[in-house]
Amino acid sequence: MNLLIEAVQWLLDPVNWQGENALGMRILEHLGFSAVVVLVAAAIGIPVGTLIGHTGRGRGAIIAITGGARALPTLGLLTIFGLWLGIGLEAPFLALLVLALPPVLAGAYAGVESVDRATVGAARAIGLTERQILTGVELPLAAPVIIGGLRSAALQVISTATLAAYISDTGLGRPLFTGMKTQQYDMMLGASILVALLALIVELCFQLVQSAATRRAEPHNGHQHRAHSGARERIAA
Amino acid sequence: MNITPGRTARLRRTGLTIAAVGTAAALLAGCSSADPLDEGDSAPPAEGDSTTLVVGSQDYYSNEIIAELYAQALEADGVRVDRQLRIGQREVYMPEIESGAIDLFPEYTGPLLQYWEDEPAERTSDEVFDALVGAAPEGLTILEQAPATDQDSYVVTREFAEANDLTTVADLANVEGPLTMGANSEAETRPNGPQGLADVYGIEVGFTPIEDGGGPLTIQALQDGDIQLAIVYTADPTIAQNDLVVLEDTEGLFLASNVVPIASDRVDAEAQATIDEVSAALTAEALIGLNRQSVEEQSPAADIAQAWLEEQGLLG
Amino acid sequence: MNWLSQNLHIVGQLLADHLVLSIPPILLSLIISVPLGRLAAGSPRWRTPLLTGTGLLYAIPSLPLFIIVPAVFGFSLRSPATMITALTLYGCALLVRGAADAFSSVPQDVRLAAAATGHSRWGMFWKVELPLAGPVLLSSLRVVTVSTVSLVTVGAVIGISSLGTLFTDGFQRNIDASIITGIVLTVVVAFALDALCVLAARWAMPWQRAVSRA
Repeated sequence: MNLLIEAVQWLLDPVNWQGENALGMRILEHLGFSAVVVLVAAAIGIPVGTLIGHTGRGRGAIIAITGGARALPTLGLLTIFGLWLGIGLEAPFLALLVLALPPVLAGAYAGVESVDRATVGAARAIGLTERQILTGVELPLAAPVIIGGLRSAALQVISTATLAAYISDTGLGRPLFTGMKTQQYDMMLGASILVALLALIVELCFQLVQSAATRRAEPHNGHQHRAHSGARERIAA
Repeated sequence: MNITPGRTARLRRTGLTIAAVGTAAALLAGCSSADPLDEGDSAPPAEGDSTTLVVGSQDYYSNEIIAELYAQALEADGVRVDRQLRIGQREVYMPEIESGAIDLFPEYTGPLLQYWEDEPAERTSDEVFDALVGAAPEGLTILEQAPATDQDSYVVTREFAEANDLTTVADLANVEGPLTMGANSEAETRPNGPQGLADVYGIEVGFTPIEDGGGPLTIQALQDGDIQLAIVYTADPTIAQNDLVVLEDTEGLFLASNVVPIASDRVDAEAQATIDEVSAALTAEALIGLNRQSVEEQSPAADIAQAWLEEQGLLG
Repeated sequence: MNWLSQNLHIVGQLLADHLVLSIPPILLSLIISVPLGRLAAGSPRWRTPLLTGTGLLYAIPSLPLFIIVPAVFGFSLRSPATMITALTLYGCALLVRGAADAFSSVPQDVRLAAAATGHSRWGMFWKVELPLAGPVLLSSLRVVTVSTVSLVTVGAVIGISSLGTLFTDGFQRNIDASIITGIVLTVVVAFALDALCVLAARWAMPWQRAVSRA
């Protein structure tokens, strides 16, 4: 408990919020870097996942790839990319992208696939084009699950982005590593608390967006929600 | 899914399996936490067997080779050795050395003195060694130090040194434009990093953490110009390999850092004599040679150590 | 490949270390999460605190957890107990929710039928609820298995031996083969343990096969 009190004291010490290593700066770096990773993962993962969910093609491949990618150890990717690309943000960016892609892909794919085929059939019957079906029917209905995938990716990236400090001067991993290696455990723990808080705040924001999307996708149907949240749990982990 | 009475037996099997798995896990967890020190490839020491010595090493390839030197020299004398190699940084293993769980460990005089004393004034090899003997906690013996040193140094590329006419650390003051130092993150607040440089030489530099202990990434960053200055250990073969320039530390920023074995009471006079022989033969060139085999030929520590001990006639 | 041939026995040792650190947390989190998940599924009063509490654990970055655990539990930093405890906490973070969902998926009419045929609460748990929750539980367990195997490697940063040591050592010595071997073996171990989970589940839930074949 003492350790925790010291960590909170460290966090509250105004000295740590000033100067070159000011915590505010570190928080912004951490959030900014994580956001870029998740956005790029979304830019790749959502179209690809949606397409696979829509056409049903490449289904086996996507399950194998996302399963395999989950087993890849981030530290291993970080060190090998580091050796190849040098210091800086490139290597941690790639390593975290590999971490973020599987939940985003799985979310997009599972979300679109979980849309009732009868609904899609009805949309086709009233003359909507495939494009209209995708953007007007499938995507809005799949939105809660897609957002669930992004949420899971964002959580993992924020917590794992601490490893970026292994080879670059960025984010909350800096005080975490420095504190760990110099036995300033108040610093290390304080930084970890900040990371956990960031993760929680982001999680909360996603929850709000997700329930808004759910309300929009299923305004009248309380029962459907169960099916969707089931799909969400499957991809959330 | 419906449950019919005929399935009950199979359902019970599920319950049993989960129960069995549970017991197995509890047992496994019990085994693994029963003896937290039991790792490494040698058999655990037999009860009350006073001739088994535990040799440890840092999570640093060069340190592991030195620990292998100690271990194999002792084994050649008929001592049983339990290897606990690559066990992290000083904060991880030092409590275990101080508690007597590890009997023999290769250390470095300067950094170890800084670990035990806040701001030691000593700088030269002999001064630091004497201070270290005085600072060692009860129950630990500081054996004779080796001539080999592996200490922090500031290095720059040959090109950068020539362009700015650098030979000493103090010359860095003449460099125009901002300088960035790359090193392990702990250097940022330790006396060997930017703060020490500012305090001792009055030179301000930026800092980038690279957690490879002056390894390949640090060298690459130096050559790419991402950093201009790096902390590299003097026994690192990459200094020669990449034609880097070690800046001379005229003001005594760095403590001398000779390789030194620290031993528990269980290391008897005979074993101490064996280790002293190894230390005496371990010159600066020898250490760089050992390290070179590790990074260039990628040989495992045990093989490198064995070849060297045979060459030195220390195995028997 | 020169490196690999010279270091086979070291790799083997690290592989063994890795297994010792990965298997216990997977099993322990299963044992801990099943009753907690059942509790959360059965009582709305427990559901929110349990799921939020374990969910919170997942927000803590892994490195500091490896330092906090020994401080709180009094283990030595490099004791396997430290890693096992920390990874069990992570495992529970995922599995308690998974188990709660699994038990919630057991249809109410099946419960009523079981009660009507004279099952005690204990009997109902072992003979009805647990087997029916099995498939959903299995899918969470598989995720925990894969992520635990991958997380063990992070311990190498503080000097705890595992396949992750191949990353930190290869990084220091500039040996690509070391890091790549570590990555490949980590994935292989993850898949192997995952396959074991599936096999064990098939053995324990033979009716699943019949259903999927149909």
